[in-house]
Amino acid sequence: MTLARRIIPCLDTDGERVVKGVQFVNLRDAGDPAALAARYNAEGADELVVLDIAASRDHRPTFLETIRRVAAELAIPLTAGGGVATVAEGRAILRAGADKLTVNTAALRRPELLTELAAEFGSQAVVLAIDAKRVGHRWETFVRGGRDSADRDAVEWASEGASRGAGEILLTSMDRDGTRSGFDIALTAAISEKVGVPVIASGGANVPADFLDVFIAGRADAALAASIFHDAVQGLGDLKRYLAENGVPVRLTR
Amino acid sequence: MKISLIEYDAGNLPSVERALARQGVACERAATADAVRGAEALILPGVGHFGQLMRTLGARGLIAPLAEAISRGTPLLGICLGLQALFSGSEEAPGDAGLGLYAGQVAALPATAKLPHMGWNQLQRKRASALLEGVPASAYFYFAHSYAVLHQGPGGAAEAAGDAAVATCDHGAEFVAVLEQKNIFAVQFHPEKSAEAGARVLRNFVAHAASLRAAAQSRR
Repeated sequence: MTLARRIIPCLDTDGERVVKGVQFVNLRDAGDPAALAARYNAEGADELVVLDIAASRDHRPTFLETIRRVAAELAIPLTAGGGVATVAEGRAILRAGADKLTVNTAALRRPELLTELAAEFGSQAVVLAIDAKRVGHRWETFVRGGRDSADRDAVEWASEGASRGAGEILLTSMDRDGTRSGFDIALTAAISEKVGVPVIASGGANVPADFLDVFIAGRADAALAASIFHDAVQGLGDLKRYLAENGVPVRLTR
Repeated sequence: MKISLIEYDAGNLPSVERALARQGVACERAATADAVRGAEALILPGVGHFGQLMRTLGARGLIAPLAEAISRGTPLLGICLGLQALFSGSEEAPGDAGLGLYAGQVAALPATAKLPHMGWNQLQRKRASALLEGVPASAYFYFAHSYAVLHQGPGGAAEAAGDAAVATCDHGAEFVAVLEQKNIFAVQFHPEKSAEAGARVLRNFVAHAASLRAAAQSRR
């Protein structure tokens, strides 16, 4: 009886359509987030993340509608985010059907936002997204979709975020994101050992052994990937069976 | 039979509605004392903060009608915070009284494990369970909480629940995951987010609620 390690597909959207790493197969409407959500729900995903990577204010109603359509397909938890800066924006995302929301740039600008969101919705609904990149002897935190350095040590920021009310850390390695060269094990382990909340590792997933590494050596509680699942390079069922055979507790669905 | 979902601001109501709809179960929202009193069966969904839940139920005048309905035999399913609300109180909100159907305090899970307890975990069956009928012993359920009815140690809540605790889970400490007694049913996990296993638990609740109601009517 152990908490299972989670496998989480991620849909990066422009608010309406899935926009990153898309070379879909066997899907009539490949860029539709609801169609992908239904597929992952059926294939045994443990959770789904939907991000609005454009996160422009004009698009917000469209993204909320996307959350509604995705949530309607799921019997598993849904995390959504992108550009959330206020409690009201967080509430809109949860009301649309997400169970948790991610915050990133706005929390670095005003860390009290994490405390406000946790007081309103509970820590279990607040996920701090951190984009980290190796700079010299530390991992630096980046904001605005990885464009600007926030000049903050990512390990310290994760720790502060958790103490301010974040119930989970979604940790993306900018060095590995999109490279398919494996998760950043050292970064994930550094943060997982430092914080008392679950850590979702993201960036670099390619083969099943990468997931095994990030769960064992990286001490991740969950692992997130996008393109390898979208492109059907990696099936969720096969990945979980491989992890189970290698001693990682996972939820097998069939 | 129609299921009434107790409506208050912080609830995960739409998720529960969608999950019931997928099982073909009719449901409506109950936001007033009359709606709670007149319900055929009730679900108290819950995410968020113990104090906020109890204060909101109090402000809407729903605490007494809910307690009355339960004592009259109306089937109730408490979900997550809705399980914790059945007890006298919680360490999470020392000033706010719970429904008090069971004595004892809900307590924080020990920080020896990562908190919140977030994700899919398995159950340990203690006694026969109506909610878990037909659910494989190895099934996983989705949890998201930091407080619980600890099986031992602070709070004394599990002792108060006694034989009503039909299944437990473990995360740093053993805690009550499924509680059943007469018309009272409650789960610490989120059946509405627990895929097939969760759907079965919801169907089981609806089936048992219907048979409890039929039995009560035939006695009249």
